[in-house]
Amino acid sequence: MHSILIIVFLPLLAAIVAGLGNKQLGNFAAKVITTGALFVACALSWPIFLSFLSGNAEASVVPVLKWVQSGTMTFDWALRVDTLTAVMLVVITSVSALVHLYSWGYMEEEPDQPRFFAYLSLFTFAMLMLVTADNLVQMFFGWEGVGLASYLLIGFWFRKPSASAAAIKAFVVNRVGDLGFMLGIFGTYLVFNTVSIPEILQAAPAMAGSTIGFLGHRFDTLTVLCLLLFIGAMGKSAQLGLHTWLPDAMEGPTPVSALIHAATMVTAGVFMVCRLSPMFEAAPTALGFVTVIGASTCFFAATIGCTQWDIKRVIAYSTCSQLGYMFFAAGVGAFGASMFHLFTHAFFKALLFLGAGSVIHAMHHEQDMRYYGGLRKEIPITFWAMTAGTLAITGVGIADVFGFAGFYSKDAILEAAYGSGSQSGSYAFWLGIFAALMTSFYSWRLVFLTFFGKPRWAASEHIQHALHDANGHGHDAHETHGHGSEAENAPAQEDSGHEDHGHAAGHHGPSAHENEGTGGYHPHESPLVMLIPLIVLSIGAVFAGFVFHHAFISEGSGEFWKGSLVFAEHTIHAMHGVPTWVKWAPFTVMAIGLLTAWYGYLKNTRFPAAFAEQIGPIYTFVYRKWMFDELYHYVFVVPALWLGRVFWKVGDVGVIDRFGPNGAAWVVAKGSRYAQKVQSGYLYSYALVMLIGLVAAITWVIK
Amino acid sequence: MGGFPILSLMLLVPLVGAIACLKLEAQAARTVALVATLIDFALGVVLWANFDIGGAQWQFQERHAVFSSFSYALGIDGIALTLIMLSVFLMPVCIGASWTSVTKRVGEYMAAFLLMETLMIGVFAAQDLYLFYIFFEAGLIPMYLIIGVWGGDNRIYASYKFFLYTLLGSVVMLIAMLWMANQAGTTDIPTLMAYDFDPHVQTWLWLAFFASFAVKMPMYPVHTWLPDAHVQAPTAGSIILAGVLLKMGGYGFIRFSLPMFPEASAQFAPLIFALSMLAVVITSLIALVQHDMKKLIAYSSVAHMAIVTLGLFAFNVQGLEGSMLVMLSHGLVSGALFLCVGVIYERLHTREISRYGGLAINMPRYALFFLLFTMGSIGLPGTSGFVGEFLSLGGVYQVSTWVALVGTTGIILGAAYMLYLYRRVVFGEQKNADAAAMPDLTLREYLMMIPLGLAVLWMGVYPESFIAPMRADIAALDARLARARPAYDGKLMIGKGAPVHEAAAEGGHH
Repeated sequence: MHSILIIVFLPLLAAIVAGLGNKQLGNFAAKVITTGALFVACALSWPIFLSFLSGNAEASVVPVLKWVQSGTMTFDWALRVDTLTAVMLVVITSVSALVHLYSWGYMEEEPDQPRFFAYLSLFTFAMLMLVTADNLVQMFFGWEGVGLASYLLIGFWFRKPSASAAAIKAFVVNRVGDLGFMLGIFGTYLVFNTVSIPEILQAAPAMAGSTIGFLGHRFDTLTVLCLLLFIGAMGKSAQLGLHTWLPDAMEGPTPVSALIHAATMVTAGVFMVCRLSPMFEAAPTALGFVTVIGASTCFFAATIGCTQWDIKRVIAYSTCSQLGYMFFAAGVGAFGASMFHLFTHAFFKALLFLGAGSVIHAMHHEQDMRYYGGLRKEIPITFWAMTAGTLAITGVGIADVFGFAGFYSKDAILEAAYGSGSQSGSYAFWLGIFAALMTSFYSWRLVFLTFFGKPRWAASEHIQHALHDANGHGHDAHETHGHGSEAENAPAQEDSGHEDHGHAAGHHGPSAHENEGTGGYHPHESPLVMLIPLIVLSIGAVFAGFVFHHAFISEGSGEFWKGSLVFAEHTIHAMHGVPTWVKWAPFTVMAIGLLTAWYGYLKNTRFPAAFAEQIGPIYTFVYRKWMFDELYHYVFVVPALWLGRVFWKVGDVGVIDRFGPNGAAWVVAKGSRYAQKVQSGYLYSYALVMLIGLVAAITWVIK
Repeated sequence: MGGFPILSLMLLVPLVGAIACLKLEAQAARTVALVATLIDFALGVVLWANFDIGGAQWQFQERHAVFSSFSYALGIDGIALTLIMLSVFLMPVCIGASWTSVTKRVGEYMAAFLLMETLMIGVFAAQDLYLFYIFFEAGLIPMYLIIGVWGGDNRIYASYKFFLYTLLGSVVMLIAMLWMANQAGTTDIPTLMAYDFDPHVQTWLWLAFFASFAVKMPMYPVHTWLPDAHVQAPTAGSIILAGVLLKMGGYGFIRFSLPMFPEASAQFAPLIFALSMLAVVITSLIALVQHDMKKLIAYSSVAHMAIVTLGLFAFNVQGLEGSMLVMLSHGLVSGALFLCVGVIYERLHTREISRYGGLAINMPRYALFFLLFTMGSIGLPGTSGFVGEFLSLGGVYQVSTWVALVGTTGIILGAAYMLYLYRRVVFGEQKNADAAAMPDLTLREYLMMIPLGLAVLWMGVYPESFIAPMRADIAALDARLARARPAYDGKLMIGKGAPVHEAAAEGGHH
């Protein structure tokens, strides 16, 4: 059974063909090749997953090629398939295939399609290499490969300054995490004398209690290693402190956000912690840290999500927050629940992003929810898909009957946090509950602002652009920084692509003033290629939890995981043993969040603005994303550039060159001129010099 | 290969070509130079194919006594082999890069390059101390001329600076060599590599060699000749300077300093670490604020070479092999990056970054290659840059976690300055009409870019081809260094017991 080779390398092949073929190949061929490759990979992945689900498959490793052998440090290219990998395989290939298909419609007017599809397939390859890694270095290869693809896709509209800036930011911030990852690999090699994951995991428990030197001090070995590796995970999975790139990454096309910045790449950190779970399990301090970071991120990102107006940014912060859930689940030892949330989240979050893309598509690239409203009737399929996604993320369901995907995974995580009984566990539980409230609030807020109420489209610059309305009443009071400039920076290809659209709508222009709110604009439902992925993912969002929760997180799940991660029965028992109020808490806060959103955005629409004014500075602080970007700008970016200039102008030019080569030249020039003067030709001056020299020499000898 | 003097032939072919070029008019000189370098490359392939991995340490030896202690002795081990391969691989690219851009004194120009090739191969193949010195120092002359005659506006200052720096260092080295030959009674490099000098004397000898190699490397703070030399040199001059000449410093350390003076090397390792850490951080930050493309890449070279010195003085197999791979990779990648600069310089005649922008629109193929080499420079896994960087930093980690931490910050800063460069040149709108009108790569440029690109990927995916020939040599060096290996701070302790896992610390002698 070497279908894994095809699954992994077919997308690479497709990426190469589409990428190098580019213009000569043409849009259609590039799309068919890449999308076809992904559907093949997907079709081959599900049987692997199902065979693990039915318990018929064993973990296996397919060697590919020797990579590096340096002393005792050896690592090869190889593809490992076990339960954990199988789960990731279906997630990656399914979402990727659907996103490829969706992009047929979404990127329809894009002139540069082969490049886009090549990047998407390249990403998929790198992600598959990551999850099939048998050693830490290959994992790092995939890790950096997805980083490259993410960089290229965020910067896909490279003419836009904000897009290329966001691309660099994503890469560099991730590299900060990679610093930890790399040091973690070095340390792991030093301790275990291998970088092979199975060998490390086997030897890890025996290392408990040992100490290792790090930066001049001695620490618990596994704590140091796990923390270093976790720093890598924090970068990739956008956890608190290293999260700043994720919201900016929304500069990329929306299908990219769905695939990379929601369903797959950002979950790589969670995957890594689960893959190395036996190691983390033996390092309780590190796990505590993971719990606290995860819980804090989950809370912090949710607060920001409640205040943003850009539909993609809301979902981006939501992703950040959901990743926090996954991490603290891992932190309290519920690795199964963590992976389960990763699994369900992939479906509903990809769905929400693709749904948002469909809305953006219909709204002529307007992303500000203040200019949406009342879209329910205009784009009904998108509406229902988004609703399914929202029901899933907010965790609607009734225990033992039926629930949407998020219901099973999120409730399990919260119960596990409570049940762990540890201090960090209860910290995580309370922040998690509060974040669940906010999750429900911002998710329903998004739905209400977008699909309900009266249309507010007329004020949108994008819509006006479409309508050729030069009056410019786009500058209403809400208009805040960012929006205006984004509109100006909109890439040229988008605009030209929508030319016909605009003209068609333009004829309605004069009568627009009577159509209050709509401006005479008519949103269209997306084409079928975009709706099919939405429908398929909706099915996933509705049923994924119900169908698979038994396999992932029940008492017998140890047989499913087969040791590919630490599955402790006692966490399951603890989950089941929590008090009834804990079981009902998620449902309760979900209802409160829903009601609040309903009140604020449907019933009494003046309330949110009034409330924001009431809490003034706090609102601004949260709205400005806790000021992280400003902080980093002044703490890292500005000093780095200043230091660079100082080291250059003062250090290299001012000191080294001045006293080095230029100094030497100066000494030679001056010296020769001086020597000229000394050779005056007068005998007495020579005699004087000789005398002084003689006296000096005698003094030195006698002393 | 029997007794066939292939190394001498490889020295001879470019030399004959050089003499021929002096007499020829432009187009003929170009053709002769290209043919000569291609023949040498073909000979290099033959050399590599016939190199017996796991066989004798020194192969293809030739020895002819000239007078008393001086002999014409050639021979290579795996380390020298890989560097010779790098040289003969880059030379045809250099000729190609000068094909249309050099129009004055073409014959002399090509002759200078061919002479350069002879001298470079000579440096790596010499087995006699004095012979090495001659090749090592004579290499300055053609480079001096290439910068001084065919360089940019400020070429005289740059060539003066280049000459001053590099010459001063090597004077002291010559004195040390004379002393060594006298003491050991031989000038045979393999013999000297096994000769045990008195540790006190080693200190002085080490410093004398260090003066020369540190400048060639170049290490901070004697690096300031490099940015100027690169900026003023013609494209091909930069390629060979970054690609091969900088490697002579690293080769010097691995061939002389480490095996001949192990105790002194251990003694001075903290100095090397300190200078290298400074270089990684400082030159990376300087690279971040450059407006001139060549200066930026030149500063990045200093940072990369610092990773080489870190790895070399880690005293373990990973560090040494990693350093060698960084050198090879940097030779390819920085050569290719200078080529990328040259390609657009030829079209617009400026190195000013802000004069470009949006090249992805009119030069998409160029953008692709530039991206590949940028990623190679950043050390993305799968490209040549990663393996060496990973191994050398991994080697350093075993010696000092602090040094490894500071050295590894290079991966963050490296990504920042290279991507910032890439963004300003390739991304964005086409704000300059002349830059927007530049055509994409020509056939000649493809022929240079494609081999470089493939080599970068090859070394990233299957570096075994390059590690295998040098494995035995590195192991031998590692064994020789064992007695002086410094203690390391990352020791593992189980309970309160003694440190375990000596195997990990020693990097393995298997």
